[in-house]
Amino acid sequence: MSTVSTPIPPTTSRFRRSTKLQRRQTRLAWLLLLPSLLVVLLVAIYPLGKTIYQSFTNEDFLALEPSRWIGLENYRNLLTGPDSAVFRSAVWETIKFTLITVGFEFVLGLIIALVVNSSFKGRGVMRAVMLVPWAIPTVVAAQMWKWMLDEKFGVINDAGTRLHVLSHPQAWISQPSTALAAVCAVDIWKTTPFVALLLLAGLQVIPQDLYEAAEVDGASQLQQFWKITLPLLAPAILVTLIFRTLDALRVFDVFYVFFGNAANTQTMAIYNQSIIVGDGKVGYGAAVSVAIFLIIALFVVIYVSFMRVTADD
Amino acid sequence: MKAPAVPNAKAIKAKYGGQSITFIGDSVGGGHVRDVALATRFSKDTGITVKVNPHPAASDASYSQLARSFATHSSSFDVAMIDVVWPGAFAPFLADLKPKLGSTAKMHSAGIIKNDTVGGHLVAMPWFGDFGMLYYRTDLLKKYGYNAPPTTWSDLFQMAKKIQDGEQSSNQNFSGFVFQGNAYEGLTCNALEWIASSGGGNFIDNGKATINNSKAAAVLDLFRKNIGVTTPRSVTSYTEGETHTAFITGNAAFMRNWPYAYSLAADPKQSKVVGKFSVAPLPHGPGGHSVATVGGWQLAVNKYSKHQDAAIEFVRYMTSKPVEKFDTITNSNVPTIPALANDPQVKKAAPYLKPATANVPRATRPSQLGAKYNEGSKDIYQGISEILNGKSASSVLPGIQSKLQALIK
Repeated sequence: MSTVSTPIPPTTSRFRRSTKLQRRQTRLAWLLLLPSLLVVLLVAIYPLGKTIYQSFTNEDFLALEPSRWIGLENYRNLLTGPDSAVFRSAVWETIKFTLITVGFEFVLGLIIALVVNSSFKGRGVMRAVMLVPWAIPTVVAAQMWKWMLDEKFGVINDAGTRLHVLSHPQAWISQPSTALAAVCAVDIWKTTPFVALLLLAGLQVIPQDLYEAAEVDGASQLQQFWKITLPLLAPAILVTLIFRTLDALRVFDVFYVFFGNAANTQTMAIYNQSIIVGDGKVGYGAAVSVAIFLIIALFVVIYVSFMRVTADD
Repeated sequence: MKAPAVPNAKAIKAKYGGQSITFIGDSVGGGHVRDVALATRFSKDTGITVKVNPHPAASDASYSQLARSFATHSSSFDVAMIDVVWPGAFAPFLADLKPKLGSTAKMHSAGIIKNDTVGGHLVAMPWFGDFGMLYYRTDLLKKYGYNAPPTTWSDLFQMAKKIQDGEQSSNQNFSGFVFQGNAYEGLTCNALEWIASSGGGNFIDNGKATINNSKAAAVLDLFRKNIGVTTPRSVTSYTEGETHTAFITGNAAFMRNWPYAYSLAADPKQSKVVGKFSVAPLPHGPGGHSVATVGGWQLAVNKYSKHQDAAIEFVRYMTSKPVEKFDTITNSNVPTIPALANDPQVKKAAPYLKPATANVPRATRPSQLGAKYNEGSKDIYQGISEILNGKSASSVLPGIQSKLQALIK
């Protein structure tokens, strides 16, 4: 998945006439790429094209007549119809969730990565243990947290009131004021280890002698972090952030387990699912899918152009 | 009590023995246990293997599961239980049972048979009925000086408050009133009772959306103000399971639920309130009268089934008099065969079938939405859920009304 491009050496074929050998190699390269291109065509391009096509039709699960082309009507509905406010609030809810969780996961993940990167006793065990939340299937973890956060019988309210942190039990999931925080907490708990792991991989390729040289030059720990660790970690950070942002924008399972179909806690994916699977409106649902695709693509463009800027530096 | 034998089993075995069918069955209360017991008996007697798959407990999820299957003309299941409001939407995909079951259908309630007949085809057979009712703790009413269950919603909340305040001194987890407040089909059923019993209509009346009216707003705001006061705050995420758990563990004074919960509350193995509860018609609003939302489940045969005849024999057995009696006694479900209400064993096991609760006027969910039913119900329960979670009724109802109106046209 990761597409960190290596800078192309300046002497490309553009400046030299291509030799016979080069042409043969190019042909071979295409031949070798062909199978994977076909797979991409089949699993990515075809469904995408089909979805875009469906978004211009009135396809419906239980319709008895065949579906027909209705032009931009689905998109008009999405932007100005009675449901447009619901979709906008779902987009906003998802973006809020993404900013909060990715922000926390990055900061906490970086701290954890720095800690487990330093050498201490039991480091191997620590690295294995920290991955436990990530290893639990999301639906299972979400259900477990739902019980823990339960108003009447949940362990969190019980502990909170016993320790006098809470004056009375809270309905964390049902109250709109705490619902988003509750769901974010679960995602942060679950995904921080994954972020830490990616960043740890980035930390481990930074050569140790740079730090030794900095030590000799009398740089403090903090200076070492800002001048060596962070710049050299930048590619890993970017990849991590892209991964997490795209993942967070697609969030479905935690929200679905926690809130079902409640209107004010829908994410883009839940709204889309309820339109297609719940209402059976495939055409309109496809238009929603395309809109989500464009929103996510926007984030990708932002990240990739940011990446190009840092790569040029 | 044992699952009843299959009548005429030999003839069925000779014709269809060795075939295998899949049944999308129940998952609420003791429903799945019953399905497995009956299917096992049917298989043993007829040699037709029945695979029982419980459907999703939220009936809107069950609806979309079936809709997906019908859309692809799949033969992955043969028999499914369908909600009383679905025959209109699913009729084109269901086998006509009239030729084979038309004569036995006559013993079932005529109203339900009419509901299950679409365009002259009998697309489903009535299996069990459902209606909402109020469960209450007889011991607690006495303890706090009440000699009768509440008749109006405001009475209910007043009594709930007094009992809750008293009980919470010894049990922090005690609540006055629990109902199905999660954003799902169950909330549509609950809200219909609140609104119709207050004279606020049935969401859609005479082909027009009517939910946006002052009587509906008043009762919805009354409920909103009681969330977290006489109910658990988290009641807005309760489905049937959470509701009956709160009641049978002795943590609620009042509960709105379907009849299935009666057998759970009366079961000494899981209930702490055996002998301490009773049922009554649901309360009503000022100037209104009690109503109960019609629920109830039918058995339908998939038109794309590869073993339609065997499937119809299974439906014949499952909707027969002995099986309905078995279900009423073991699971406290409402029989769709009126004659059973006079059976002495049924009377003993299902006291809620007494006329006072069983003959309350019924309110019907807007089945005229047909294939758009799920969408319309979602508009209703999502809007009501927003009200329960703090928005004023007058700010939400106009939106629901215009969405429903758009679905009717």
